[in-house]
Amino acid sequence: MFQLSSEGKQQVLNELKRYESKQSAVLPALYIGQRENKGFITPAVIQELSRVMEIPESQINEVFTFYTMYNKKNVGKYHVQVCRTLSCMLNGAEELVGHLCEQLNTRVDQMTTDGRFTISEVECLGSCGTAPMMQIGDKYFENLTPESAMNLLRTMK
Amino acid sequence: MAIQETKYLTEFYHLPEFKGIDGYKKNGGYVELEKALKMQPQAIIDEVKASGLRGRGGAGFSTGMKWGFLPKNNEPRYLLCNADEGEPGTFKDRMMMEKAPHQLIEGMIISGFAIGSKKSYIYVRGEYDQSINTLETAIQEAYKAGYLGKNILGSGFDHDMDVYRGAGAYICGEETGMISSLEGLKGQPKLKPPFPAVQGYLKKPTIVNNVETLAVVKYVIRDGAAHYKKIGTEKSTGTKLFSLSGNVMKPGNFEVPLGFPLKDMVFGLGGGMKPGRQLKAVIPGGSSAPVLNAEESNRALLDYENLAQMGTMLGSGAIIVIDDSNCMVQCLSNLMHFYHHESCGQCTPCREGTGWLDKITRSILSGKGRLQDIELLLKVADNMKGKTICALSDAAALPVLSFVPKFRDEFEYFVREGKSKVKGTAYKGHSYAEMHH
Repeated sequence: MFQLSSEGKQQVLNELKRYESKQSAVLPALYIGQRENKGFITPAVIQELSRVMEIPESQINEVFTFYTMYNKKNVGKYHVQVCRTLSCMLNGAEELVGHLCEQLNTRVDQMTTDGRFTISEVECLGSCGTAPMMQIGDKYFENLTPESAMNLLRTMK
Repeated sequence: MAIQETKYLTEFYHLPEFKGIDGYKKNGGYVELEKALKMQPQAIIDEVKASGLRGRGGAGFSTGMKWGFLPKNNEPRYLLCNADEGEPGTFKDRMMMEKAPHQLIEGMIISGFAIGSKKSYIYVRGEYDQSINTLETAIQEAYKAGYLGKNILGSGFDHDMDVYRGAGAYICGEETGMISSLEGLKGQPKLKPPFPAVQGYLKKPTIVNNVETLAVVKYVIRDGAAHYKKIGTEKSTGTKLFSLSGNVMKPGNFEVPLGFPLKDMVFGLGGGMKPGRQLKAVIPGGSSAPVLNAEESNRALLDYENLAQMGTMLGSGAIIVIDDSNCMVQCLSNLMHFYHHESCGQCTPCREGTGWLDKITRSILSGKGRLQDIELLLKVADNMKGKTICALSDAAALPVLSFVPKFRDEFEYFVREGKSKVKGTAYKGHSYAEMHH
């Protein structure tokens, strides 16, 4: 069972009125659902959105599964998304991911046992001039070295 | 004389105050909106057409002509700004939105007025949180100042603007994919025709233009088409923002007139290679653009015609530099993984083709490649070109069709020896991380 908070529900209702078509609110509503369900989306979240939005579950579900920013499974408190595409690769993205995984004793896409981190490799984040880089939550961290990235993670409790 | 940028759009980007409405107005902001609102909309379209401005997102199509495809009636229409910037190597739109949001907003209101649109959306890729916040603040400022909303500056023209957040899908940068996404659907492209100018968002006429393109419109109004055309080359007019990345000393965004020599970009503005390294290859227009070898890079000019003549393209203006410490098999494999990940799955040649290109390059990288795999790569790529709804399939095929012939020795060596000619080792996956899976 998942229920939107009254604030979250109001936000979804606002999004429904914001665009010329009700369906356009599906992407923003999924973000709201994800935020209220500890960062990932389950069938229960889809059910709740469907009920509030009066849009069939199937129509919400196909959108949910299409886009990469909606998480399909539980991620750590800090979702560390390292860009792996060419310009970052040329500047050491692989070493960066390798170092983080090694130091945290984890693998890509696997949450650390303390639930703090999930390290993921993602495609181009549009930060190629400041490579290598990673995104944690909404923030970009650029011009990294394996050590500077790990030092940053150490400050995140 | 030292090689320098031509700061036309980016003249005031060094001023932090340019981001806010007061600082923007202090430096010439919203002057052209006032001017444009006193012009006939058709006169603005004619001016943009005469300026020779071509779409800065990738396709390089004439902006004025695109606008001309709209039906000549009073049917409601939308202006959609493409800020989904996802072409690997491209990061100029992000800078524009974060340093000069009002420049884009002013360009959009003028463009909206020209095409008779009362509603516009800026579709920003979901990861660009800072761009989205900056734009949302700037739009609020513009409403308060009376540049957006009802009866703008007493002209009788109404225009509303909003931001739409994407959710992570390269394909949404394709204009019909973007429209699907804005409609709250999977971001799958649609068959053209009908073109968006005839049937776009919610089946209404829609113009989709890139961030940089829309910002330029203000300057065409400010200086006039005749002046704008003097910048650049005859057929590639104006300046362009180039995103320079990869193996250069000073990566970044640089604004130069079209026709600027690529070698001045790489070795002048970009500061050249790291000590002891040599230039090996340049991808001149985003990851989909066919690669140039060092010799070609040294004589290429950054304009639509010259790069087309050299068998590649200007694309989004993303220049990715590769030095001689890198393995071209690995670079290609990195890109094939990207396209495989980003194919929307609608068309068979793309869905299956990108998968095979990814698998075959990965197999070579692991040291298990067969000699016939090299021909197979070319054959698969050839079967993906021009066979699908949108250009993603071509975008995946083009790197293969340039990397393999131009750096064939590296591919053959890898297959024969089971290891990289450059790095001396094989890879167990695409990345360090995958090796441990």
